[in-house]
Amino acid sequence: MEPTVNHTFFSPARIWAIATNTLLELFRLKVFYFLLIFALLLIGSSAFMIDFNFQEQFQLLKDVSLGSMSIFTWLLAVLATAMLLPKDIEDRTLYTILAKPVPRFEYLVGKLLGILLLLLIATLLMSTIFVIALYGREQIAIADAIRGNANAPDQLQSALKDIHDSTFTWSLLPGIIIIYIKAALFAALTLFISTFASSTIFTIMVSVAIYFIGHLQGIARDYWLGSATTGPLPRIFLALVALIFPDLQLFNLVDDIVAGNSISFILFAKTAALGGLYTCIYLLVAYSVFASKEL
Amino acid sequence: MPPPDSPVELDLPSKPLRQRTWYRTSVIVAILLAFGAVRLPIELRLNEEHRAAYFHGAKLNLSLRQQIGQLGFLAALGGFRALVADGLWIQAHIDWTRTQWGKMLFLFNNVTALQPRNVMFWDVAAWHMAWNASAYVLNDASEPHIALRLKRQHEYFIIGKDLLERGIANNPDRFKLYESLGNLLRDKLDDHLNASINFAKAAKFADSPTYEYRFSAYELSHAPGHEREAYEELRRLYLEGDKERLPTLCSRLKYLQEMLNIPASQRINIPDSMLPPSQHSNGSGPPPSPAQQLLNGIIPAAPQVNIPYKPSPHP
Repeated sequence: MEPTVNHTFFSPARIWAIATNTLLELFRLKVFYFLLIFALLLIGSSAFMIDFNFQEQFQLLKDVSLGSMSIFTWLLAVLATAMLLPKDIEDRTLYTILAKPVPRFEYLVGKLLGILLLLLIATLLMSTIFVIALYGREQIAIADAIRGNANAPDQLQSALKDIHDSTFTWSLLPGIIIIYIKAALFAALTLFISTFASSTIFTIMVSVAIYFIGHLQGIARDYWLGSATTGPLPRIFLALVALIFPDLQLFNLVDDIVAGNSISFILFAKTAALGGLYTCIYLLVAYSVFASKEL
Repeated sequence: MPPPDSPVELDLPSKPLRQRTWYRTSVIVAILLAFGAVRLPIELRLNEEHRAAYFHGAKLNLSLRQQIGQLGFLAALGGFRALVADGLWIQAHIDWTRTQWGKMLFLFNNVTALQPRNVMFWDVAAWHMAWNASAYVLNDASEPHIALRLKRQHEYFIIGKDLLERGIANNPDRFKLYESLGNLLRDKLDDHLNASINFAKAAKFADSPTYEYRFSAYELSHAPGHEREAYEELRRLYLEGDKERLPTLCSRLKYLQEMLNIPASQRINIPDSMLPPSQHSNGSGPPPSPAQQLLNGIIPAAPQVNIPYKPSPHP
């Protein structure tokens, strides 16, 4: 008698297998070479900082680092996701996987999870480089302060406190997490676009366009809900922009966090939850397209 | 197997392909619109909460777009406000070394519009205008009229004050700019009462240094008509213990005791050793401020020779 194999409708093990395989594929594409550019950017930006006081130096270093993290995670999310489905179709891997009892939903979730893992590793590595760079500069600033205030212990203490307050504080952590969540949202959105896109370049172009429209969505929404616009056609257009595109300004918190703004845990959790909701919805919409896609 | 001649029966869907594609697209657009309708109130509420917590305060309008260029404006809109602001800040720093004060002010206005929550930008920008630019125009040999030099100097003081006031409007929850405004009013505009008010505002913040309150009392002691309040404050601080008995505090307290004719029995006996070294031998008030000396003609209103401008480091 043949042994019976129970095929579950949803299997985390299968999803994990697809995710790790996706991650391995992306590793083989040497995507992490961008970290070299990131590190060089941090070192290079120091060249501009020689004449600045230590507060300006820390400010610029934090802005450059976190700004670069935003750019690189977003680019990684868009470029890596945009090539996933076309590459699998081109290599015929997709047919091999789907010929097995793997539901299409699991395939998509696995692919997205692989990208999210890649983004997580990239964010952690960039954060580590950032903290090391900041620590190095902090040590230089402390040595300068000790040299300059050797005979004034009160002033030295005040200077050391100022230096410490200007470097890495835990308040930066929510900003870094929000950068990751925004990239995750974009990975899901790009996956959705790639399910109906005719080519990789189309996916990338649409994703980039949505990135900029998403940052203007709040303005469109305010005009739509306000009384400034009168014509029906502009109102319909603004309503469509407000309803279809995500409000990406809500995830632009890091600039103000670096400037010293603190975010409460509740507010951070709400923002993160909205990002998670966006990611889930885009994944579901991607599935609804992919489920009936003729391959 | 069907015979080779018989027609192959394909399991074709009942609807034509184009019709199905339209149907599917409509369903997806409907899902997105429905999700949009659901998230709209959530986003509005979250946006309000962000603004209440001082996020998204930058005013990205057409005026700024004309000033920073299309690319810079696009980058700022695209979530890279801080990087654009830093680029402009570095440019302003280069202009400082070239003493191009007008261009610096233009750039500072853009930087602060992009990053209104960055206290350092407001503070350093105001310092450049009120300290460096004002000193430069006072020493400007190309302007032969002293009165015009003084007028221009005063204009830069006001520009610095304006920057700090706008900074405070954007950062009412931080002490630093109140302190800087207090310094400017004290050192540049000789407005001791308002300087005292601003130091007192800074002192109310839990994370402000302890000297803010002392500074507020010092400035109050310089404000005509407020000597009695200043005396009460200084006395109270003095009685708090050795930590507050600093030379300036002792000097001002001693001066006010004499000025207000405080009865000998109520006076605090302040030994000479607790006063600043310059006042050990006499019990009069501290020397007048540089601005007072200027008004009294003690020091010349403008240097006789052109002193080359040297930028001073930010304190």
